[in-house]
Amino acid sequence: MINTIAGRELRSIFVSPLAWTTLAILQFLFAYLLFSRIELFMQYLPRLRTMDAAPGITEIVAMGLFSIAGLVLLVITPLFCSRALAEERRSGTLKLTLSSPVSLTDIVLGKFIGLLSFFLIIIFLLACMAFSLALGGPIDFLQILGGTLGLVLLTSACIAIGLFMSSLTNQPTVAAISTFASLFFLWIIKWDDENVLGITTYLSIQEHFSSILSGRLASVDVIFFILVSFFFLSLTIWRLDLERN
Amino acid sequence: MGEDYSIQASGLTRSYGGRLAANNISLVVKPGEVLGLLGVNGAGKSTTMDMLAGIQIPDKGDVSISGYSLTKQPRQARRRLGYLPEQPPVYPELTVNEYLGYCARLRRIKAKKVAPAVEYVKQRCGLVDVGQRLIRNLSKGYQQRVGIAQAIIHEPDIIILDEPTVGLDPVQIIEIRKLIRELGQSHSVILSTHILPEVLSICDHVTILRQGKVVHNAPISSFSKNESLEQLFIKLTCNDEEVLTS
Repeated sequence: MINTIAGRELRSIFVSPLAWTTLAILQFLFAYLLFSRIELFMQYLPRLRTMDAAPGITEIVAMGLFSIAGLVLLVITPLFCSRALAEERRSGTLKLTLSSPVSLTDIVLGKFIGLLSFFLIIIFLLACMAFSLALGGPIDFLQILGGTLGLVLLTSACIAIGLFMSSLTNQPTVAAISTFASLFFLWIIKWDDENVLGITTYLSIQEHFSSILSGRLASVDVIFFILVSFFFLSLTIWRLDLERN
Repeated sequence: MGEDYSIQASGLTRSYGGRLAANNISLVVKPGEVLGLLGVNGAGKSTTMDMLAGIQIPDKGDVSISGYSLTKQPRQARRRLGYLPEQPPVYPELTVNEYLGYCARLRRIKAKKVAPAVEYVKQRCGLVDVGQRLIRNLSKGYQQRVGIAQAIIHEPDIIILDEPTVGLDPVQIIEIRKLIRELGQSHSVILSTHILPEVLSICDHVTILRQGKVVHNAPISSFSKNESLEQLFIKLTCNDEEVLTS
C-alpha cells in the first residue's frame, strides 16, 4: 500500500512542470558549479603539490559541490513537500485516502518515499557528476559515497520536517515558508560559545552534514538525521490522527 | 457476516470547541435501500457523513458496516465502504484511467483485477470515452461521475454520497440522479442533500437533521397527500414564522 501511495505521489510530481523545471535548472547550476570548482582546483594545483597532506580533487571539487547542493536542497524541498498534505486537504483528496482501508502510517510513509524518490534522482545525478571526476585523476570513491549518503540523509530529514509542516495547514504556501524557516533555523542554529549552548551544535544540521562530507562517517551524524526523520514522520502521523479524532 | 443491515450508526456525537455538530445520531440502512439525509446548511450533514465514512471518529457512538466496527475493525469496515465527499476527491493532474487505477489499488483490489474493475466502473458511470483525458479538462458533471466511480470501484456494501448534485447543470443533475437510482438497485446508498425533489425521486427512506439531531426518520411511502415532504421539512427545520406561513 505504501508503494501505491508513493507511486501516485511521484506520478503527480512528474506531471507538473515544477519537477522538470527544477531538474533542468538544478542540472545547469550544479554543472556550472562543478566546472568552476574544477577551475579553482587547477588554479591551486601547483601550490597543492608542494603541500603535505594537501586536499585532493575529491575534497575540493566533489565535496565543495555537495556542500552547496545540500544548501540548495534545503531551499527546494519545502516547495515539493508543502503540497503533499496541505494541497490534499484543500482539494478534498485527503478524504479519499482517509476513507480507504489504509493506515495513517501507510499514508505518511507513502508520501515520504514518493518525495524521497524524486530527490534521489537529483542526488543520483549529483553523484554521477562527482564520480565523473575519475576521468581526470584519482578520486576517493568512499568519500563520494559517504557524501552521497549525507545528501540522502539530509534530504530525508528535510522531507520529514516538510511533511509535518504540510500536515498542519491547508495552505501550501504557509507550509513551504514554515518548512524553509525551520530548516534554515536548524542550519544556522549553532552558537559559537559552546559553554553557553552546547546543545545547539548537536542540533545543527549543517554541523552533522559537514562532518559527513569531511569523510568521517560517524554514527552520531547518521543517527541524528535518522532520528530527526523518524521524529517528524511520527509527529505527522500523530497530527493526522488528532485531526481524525 | 449475515447482517441484515449495510450500515448501522448508533449514538454518534461529535462536538467542535464546545458546539455539538452531531448529537446522538442513530440510523440504519438495509441492503438495497437508499437513505436520504436531509437538513438545512449547517445541520450537521457533512459531519455525520464524515463520521459514517470513518474520516472523523465520533466522540461517542460507533458505526458498523456489514458487521464490522469502524473504530475496532477499521480496515475491514472501510473495504466495504465507498465515499464521495461534497467536493469530488480527484487529482486533476491524472487521467481518468490513472486515477481510477490508483483508487482500485488503494481499496486493496488485487493487481490482476484492477484493470477489469476500472473498465467495469467506467462503463457503469459513462466514462468509457474519457478514460485517457486529464481530469482537469473534464466538465464538473464528468468530474462528479469520476468521483462516483471511485466510490463504487471496489463494489462496496454501502455508498455514501455527500450532496452529489450540487453545482451541476440541470442535464447533469438528471444524469447523476439516474446513475444513483441505478446504484441503489445493487448497493445501499446514503445520500445527503437539501434538494427535496431529489429525495422524493431517489430515496426509499428519509432522515431529517436539525442542529445535529435526528428530528424525523421515516420511509418515503409514509408521506401522505395531507402533509408533503416539503411542508414537513420546513416545519421541522425552520423557526421563521413568515416562511412557515408562506
